[in-house]
Parts: sequence; C-alpha cells; structure tokens
Amino acid sequence: MRAALSTLKFLEAGSLSHAFKIMKTHPGIMPTAGCTDIYVSLNFGTLKVREFLNLWGLSELRKIQMKGDYLSIGSLATYTQIIHSDSVKKWIPMLIQASSSIGGMQIQNRGTLGGNIGNGSPAGDTLPVLAAAEAVVVLGSTEGIRRISFNMFYTGYRKNAMNPEELILSVEIPRIKSQQWYRKVGTRAAQAISKIVMAAVLSKDPEEQQDPRRIRIAFGSLAPTVIRAFRTETALAENGNITEAQKTLLSEIQPIDDIRSTALYRQTVAANLLAEWWGKVSPRSLIKS
Amino acid sequence: MKIVGRNLLRKEGMKKVSGKAQYIDDFSFPGMIYGRTIRSSIPCGEVAAIEFKFDKKGFTTLDYRDIPGKNVVALIEDDQPCLVEKKVQHQEEPILLLAHPDREKLLQAEVKISYKQETPIFDFEKSPKVFKKILIEKGDLQVGFAESDLILEGEYRTGHQEHLYIETNGVIAIPENGGITIYGSMQCPYYVHKALKVLLNLPDEKVRVIHVETGGAFGGKEEYPSMIACHAALLAVKSGKPVKMIYDRAEDMAATTKRHPGIIRHKTGVRKNGELTAVEIDFLLDGGAYATLSAVVLSRGAIHAAGPYFCENIQITARVVMTNTPPNGAFRGFGAPQTQFAMESQMDRMAEALSLDPVKIREKNVLKKGLTTATGQVMEDDCSALTVLQEAVKRSDYYRKVRTYKGTNKGIGLSLVFHGSGFTGSGEVYLASKAALELTKNGARILVSSTEIGQGTRTMLAQIVAETMGIHYEQVEVQEADTNLVPNSGPTVASRTCMIIGKLLQRCAEEMREKLGKKSPKEYLKKYGPLVITKQYEKPPEIEWDDEHYQGAAYGTYGYECSIAEIEVNPIIYGIRVNRVTTAVDVGKAIHPILAKGQIEGGMVQGLGYALLEQVEMKDGKMTNSQLTNYIIPTTCDTPILDVVLLEKSYRHGPFGAKGLAELPLDGAAPAVVNALRILGHDIRELPAAPERVLESLLSRSNIDQRALSIGR
Repeated sequence: MRAALSTLKFLEAGSLSHAFKIMKTHPGIMPTAGCTDIYVSLNFGTLKVREFLNLWGLSELRKIQMKGDYLSIGSLATYTQIIHSDSVKKWIPMLIQASSSIGGMQIQNRGTLGGNIGNGSPAGDTLPVLAAAEAVVVLGSTEGIRRISFNMFYTGYRKNAMNPEELILSVEIPRIKSQQWYRKVGTRAAQAISKIVMAAVLSKDPEEQQDPRRIRIAFGSLAPTVIRAFRTETALAENGNITEAQKTLLSEIQPIDDIRSTALYRQTVAANLLAEWWGKVSPRSLIKS
Repeated sequence: MKIVGRNLLRKEGMKKVSGKAQYIDDFSFPGMIYGRTIRSSIPCGEVAAIEFKFDKKGFTTLDYRDIPGKNVVALIEDDQPCLVEKKVQHQEEPILLLAHPDREKLLQAEVKISYKQETPIFDFEKSPKVFKKILIEKGDLQVGFAESDLILEGEYRTGHQEHLYIETNGVIAIPENGGITIYGSMQCPYYVHKALKVLLNLPDEKVRVIHVETGGAFGGKEEYPSMIACHAALLAVKSGKPVKMIYDRAEDMAATTKRHPGIIRHKTGVRKNGELTAVEIDFLLDGGAYATLSAVVLSRGAIHAAGPYFCENIQITARVVMTNTPPNGAFRGFGAPQTQFAMESQMDRMAEALSLDPVKIREKNVLKKGLTTATGQVMEDDCSALTVLQEAVKRSDYYRKVRTYKGTNKGIGLSLVFHGSGFTGSGEVYLASKAALELTKNGARILVSSTEIGQGTRTMLAQIVAETMGIHYEQVEVQEADTNLVPNSGPTVASRTCMIIGKLLQRCAEEMREKLGKKSPKEYLKKYGPLVITKQYEKPPEIEWDDEHYQGAAYGTYGYECSIAEIEVNPIIYGIRVNRVTTAVDVGKAIHPILAKGQIEGGMVQGLGYALLEQVEMKDGKMTNSQLTNYIIPTTCDTPILDVVLLEKSYRHGPFGAKGLAELPLDGAAPAVVNALRILGHDIRELPAAPERVLESLLSRSNIDQRALSIGR
C-alpha cells in the first residue's frame, strides 16, 4: 500500500554546507534530487525511510565542466542536461546514449546522475558507463571532501562505500582515448528498466597498446551490483579470442531469474553482446602487435 | 445513408479532449469520507485474530457482521463473499473496511491480522475443484482419425493478462432515501444494482446506480465494480456519509480480475491435402478462487476452440478449476483468445508438417455458407472467413513477402479467427434486454444501461437512431446510464452493444418515426404529451440453442478477422519487433468507421502486448509486479504500422447489418505473431512469446547452434 505522504519529513538544504550539517545531525535521512526512484517505491509502499533532504535547489551541484584533464559532472545534473551537453558529447558520448535510454522526457528532466549512483540499482543505466570510464566519485560531508574510484564504490546489493553522512557531489571522468560502446536491452522499445546493460571502451591509441587497461567492459543487471568484467578484459587483451572471452565472461557474472528476465537469457545475451561489440571494434592488427 | 457510415464527432469528444469530462475521482459530495480495504496477506487459511493498531476514534470500521443482507457479491453462483468471514481463499481478499475523512489518516491506519495457514492450490492442472465442465461433440472422432493421413498433437499455454485501463476502479456510495446511490466507473450498472440489493437486503427502488465517464474497462469493469460498490455501500450505510473508494494502481493490479491462464491440448487428424478429419481439443482454465464469470468464459472459449473451420468430427472438452489466486474474470475476448491462439498455432504446424501453404490449408477448411460449426450451427450468407483471409493476403502482399523474407531474420505469419457477437447460447434470451427512446422537443433521447467506456457507445447508438428517424445526429441525446432513468439493456460486454442494443433502438426509432408522421417532435408533444417507446429483445426464430448438449446456434452471428503480422527477430538479443500488421475484419457494417478502426487498432496493440510482453508474475499467489514499472505493455514505440481493412458482410438482424467487432483483434494478434516466429524457426507454444522463450526455443531446436548452446549452458 502507498505510503501516507503527510507522515514524511522533507527538509530543505539552503546551501551545501547546510546540507552537510543536516546529514550529520539527522541520521537515517535520505538525500533526494529528482525523486524518480523514491516516488515509485513510496507509491508501492516499499520505502521505509520517512525523512528526506531535498538537494534540488543546490545549483552548484548541477554543473558540467572541464577541469583540467577530466570532465566533472555535478551529481544533480539531470539526464536532459547531460543529453544536451557539448562537453559530454565530446568526452563521453556513451553517457548520452545511456541517459537517452532512461524513462521518458519527464523522467529525464527530473532524474539525475547522482541519483542513479545513489540509488545503486544493479540495473542503473548509467552505471556501466561510469565503470567502463573508470570514473571517480567525489563525496562530501562536514568532514571534508574525498574521492573514491567508481569501481570501488559498490560493496554489495544496493550497498556502497559512502559514510552515512556523506553526499555525492560530482563524478569525474578521465579522458578516454578509445572507442565507446553502449547497449541497453530493455523489456520493450522505450520506457523500460534494463534486463542487461553493457558499456565498453577499447583504445586504439598505439601508445596504449601494451596497457592491459586499454579494454574495459562493464555490465549492469548481471550481478548484485554493476560489474567490471576484469577477467574477460584480460582474456581479450591477451589473445583476442572471443569464444574464450565469452567463456571467461560467463564465469565472472552471476545473473539471476527475476521479474524482468531469466539467468539463462542474461548470460546468453551478455555473451552475444560481447561478441557483437568485439566483432565491430576488434582491430585485428592491434591484436597481432 | 446520411449518418450511418460517417465519421461524426463523438458525443463526449469535446468534453474529453478539453478536460471537462468528469471521472469518478473528480466528484465530491458534502460530508464525503474515504474508504479503504484491508486485505488478506496469505493465499489460503483462516483468520485467527484481528488487532487494530490505531486509535479507532473518527474511523468507521466494519467487517462481515455489518452486512444487512447476504454476504455475497451476487453474480452467477453467488459463491464469492463480499468480506471474508473466516476462510481466506486468496491473497488480497477483502476482510475489513475502514473509512475516515482524511485519506492520509486512512493510509496510516495499521491492522494486524494473524492467520491459521493452509496449503494453497496454485497448479491448476492439479486442482481438485472444478467450477464448470463442458463437452461439445460432433460426428465421430475415431472415424475422423482413421480417415486421416497425419495426426498432430500439441499443447499450448497462455498466461494471465491485466486490463490496465487508464482509470483504476472507483466508486462513490451515498446513503440516501432509505437506500443507497452509487456513482462509479463501470460497464454494467445493473450488475452493481443486483449485487447491492442482495448485500443490503433492499428492494429495487432503494438502489440507484449511476454510471460516470469511464476511463477504459476491457472487461475489467464488468463484474469487479460490484465488489468495490458493495464495500463503499457498507461503509456509507454504517457511517451515514458519502464514501469514496478509489484504488491506487498497485491495489487495482494485485486485487482485481485478470484474463484466465489456460492450457489447451490439441490432437488433430488431417489428410495430405490439408483437409481436417478430426479435431480433439482439451481446454483447461484457471478460474482463481471463486467462480465469478468463469463458467461463461469457459463456454465462449470452448465454442471458439475449433476456430472458423469446418470438420465433420470434433470433440471439445473444457473445464475451469479453482486455485488460491484472485479470481480471474472478464477480459476482451473472454476465453476465445486462449483457444484460438492454440487452434491457429496448430493450423500452421499442420501446414508445416504437410508442406502446405498456411493460406491454402485454411482455404481448404474455412467455414462457408451451409457448413456447420462445432456446435452444429449452420453458416449463413454473412459467413466471411474466406473473404477476410483472401483480402488480408492480397492487401499485405503476403506471397511476395514470404519469398523476400526467406533466409532473413524477417518473418510473416497469419491468423484467421472468428468471434460470436452477443451473449452465448440462450444468454440473450435470459437477459431479455430492453432499450427505450424518449421523444424530446428537439428530437429523441436514448435510454439504455449500455455504457460509454471509451469505445463509442453514445456516438454509434445516436447515429443509428438519427439515421432511422431521419433526423440530424445532433438532435439525438444520450441519457447517462442511471438505473432510475434507463431500462436494463444488459451488460456492456460481449460485442453486443451495437448489434443487440443498436437493433433494439433501431426498432424504437422506426416506431417513433411512424408515430411522428409528418409532425415535428414539438408538435407531437404538444398534441399527445410525452412519448417513450421501449423494445425488448426478441429472439430470431432460427436461433435455436440446446444448453444441455451444447448444440445449435451459439451466437446470432460472428465477426471474422484475418491478421498478417510481419516481424523481425534480433539474433543478438532475441528481441521481436513487429513491423506491420495487416488486418481484414468483417464487421457487418461500420456505423462509425474511424471508431470501428480505432477499436481494431487498439485491440491489436493490446493483443500484441498479450502476444509478446505481458506477464503477471505470481509469488505465493500474489502478483509481484503490480506496478507499471514492471508490468510491461506496449508503448507507441512498440506499435507497428497497422493497416486495417473493414469489410461489410451484412447481418440481417443487426442494425444496418452491423455485427460485433472489438474483441476480434485480441483473438487474432497473438497467433499471427507466433506463427511468424514459427516460420523463422521458433516454435513457441506459450504466451507471451518473450525473448527469453525465443532463446529457449532456439536452444531446444534439433539443429542447435552449438555456439549458442555452449554459451547458454
């Protein structure tokens, strides 16, 4: 049954430092931005949290800007903002693909990148992009600011490495000298939660050919959290044999049967997507060298 | 004709597009309070204790002991209680009712119910309780099988389907004049009227039911509104105040009716040339916890099970059984989508086995004038199975596409279906529907209980009356269905509103025209006073039905439809894209062609959802995906190009020749798509044909792709 909204407390942060203070003094409070996930679970009666902190007015968290050799995307940047950002288009076009695949226009206008990270659903559409991009999450609290690698961020199903009083401030995306790839397999053509999401990058820069991190592959909805397929990456980097790589992939994912799909479908399609991507991008010459 | 066959403005069109139309949640009455249902959280067992964990001050609370009359939702069998007394038969079964002036207080009220749990029945193949059994026999199966060159067997399965009308179920109950008045979103005001009389022990005149603008129904508001109206009425009687009850989406999806899941087993004898010699069908439906409408759903499903085909030897056995799940109910198609999906899949599998063309095997067997159905009904002039088949084949350029798609990931499949118009068997005789026409200063007012639920009832009936009386469309008004003001023209279901009620009104209009003669309505009223003409259903003499043996004319007539689906399967994600559907439908006469096409197009998309996407996930007898986030229906992006051709083979007892039409696309969509998949090598026999099932079919094929297998396993 739907939650009684009048029982909810909704605090308003006047400034970022105010927000930090509220986070510190109100244990258990949930920071919110566009509320696109929160309203679904309140409506379904599954969200037990009763105290929320509204960050929506903190425009300093909404900036998308180049900062030296990385792109910084504020946690409150909406999908619509991301879709229309020239910097994102140049730097990380696969994030535009991911953002465009989320919900409809209304959701894109309200939903934020920080919200997608904070909500931490294994099906989160932007998360494989951030994993493959080796993004860094910037966290803040009254204690100060710290950075954590996105690939170290999740510790379990909807669990993360944040301290309870911390807020997500921004995401820093390093330069990717590679071809980017994004695929979402949803339950229908649009307005769908994903059954599988894949993001991958492959560097064609001759200088990086000895770097094992030139191939980076991430999947959503195949494990309790978004995952990097590290062993698959290594397998491909070593010999480029896709059949071997598919087998490796199957050994490092743990898909499940749930209300959206089956484990069998997820593992088969993950392997197919890997092959599709590799077939399109694999530079035979590079593999030989 | 000046009015019938023209695309006139909908009677309520301006109100709807301008936002002025008032739906039930837009209504408010002085002193109105809100109601809430406390439901079971187990599938089977007994209520042991109830604990109110809130201050009851200011609340109206009640249970079954507050029911003045019989504790049933009166329908057919009267086996479903309005409120649980002790025994719980399914999840989300209503046990208690609460009301309060503040909706928020209502949502906060916590009631703890403890239970003595019992073992539930979920597997309907193993259910010991049968609600209804049907046997249809024609000829001699053994002779038929002996004459055949090939015997093919097959088992087909279909799942639940949720109606997903935009507007959820809702009513307002007002205690007044020593009785009760209900305003609500519904299809059948007189069903609600009947249920309230029994529940509250009130005479006819003390119960008043008023239909308000309804935001979609699809069968989901045939029987269920009686339940929610009973609940609101009990709260209104106890509190002495108007009570509004509106379900939110999650409650509506989890607690109200769905399409019946089915298992259909076929054994068919066929000659090398494709001629059917024996058709044996076993049809099983999951009725859910109570009988509700299941017996009649079973009946329509069974009668349509052999499709629009002739065979000398047919045996159809059908039964609907009980499970500890919320009762399944009426849904557009009413049993026929399940059985015709199976029959049409079986036809294509026979064509494949005999290396015959799917069109040719159908042409060989279609019903034609003079041939008989499974129940022995003799087809007449308006039997158009062959016409719709040939039209769709031509229109879609079927044969060229079969050739060009060969060897690609594109496929084309077809289905041929029929659907009986009106109530089954003696149903229309029992209903004995009445419609009335009242003379007004400006023209005439239609008085019927048939409701506008988005399908165009008001507009289409007004066109029939205006055309018949020789007056303008604008001169005909339609009275809102209010049981105090309109006669019982029966439920708004079963593709009967146009054909049966339209005909009654045509007869009223003919008589009114005669009475008026050369006088204007104004002159007539001045001279003779008020004029109301009422007509009652009269069975055409040739319609004979034997309810005991399931023999004879099951329906006055049938609509026919051939659908041809062109699809594409993505080999990487096994996704199915429907690119185009060509549909040829015989509707007898399209009273309003745009509305008629709209019904076919909307039904086709709903049918594609049934075919490919819609899956009700049940856990411990409870729907777990009862939210739009996870119950997936097609959006515009999933909708193919729809090419609808309306054909008009006039039915002599229909108004201007019209038959029923809006259920046909639900029958035809799924088999057309699944047959297209079969041509691509995916032999899928269970709905929905989701990508996961396409993958399974791929893995189980004999010519297995070893790579796919090694990846998959």
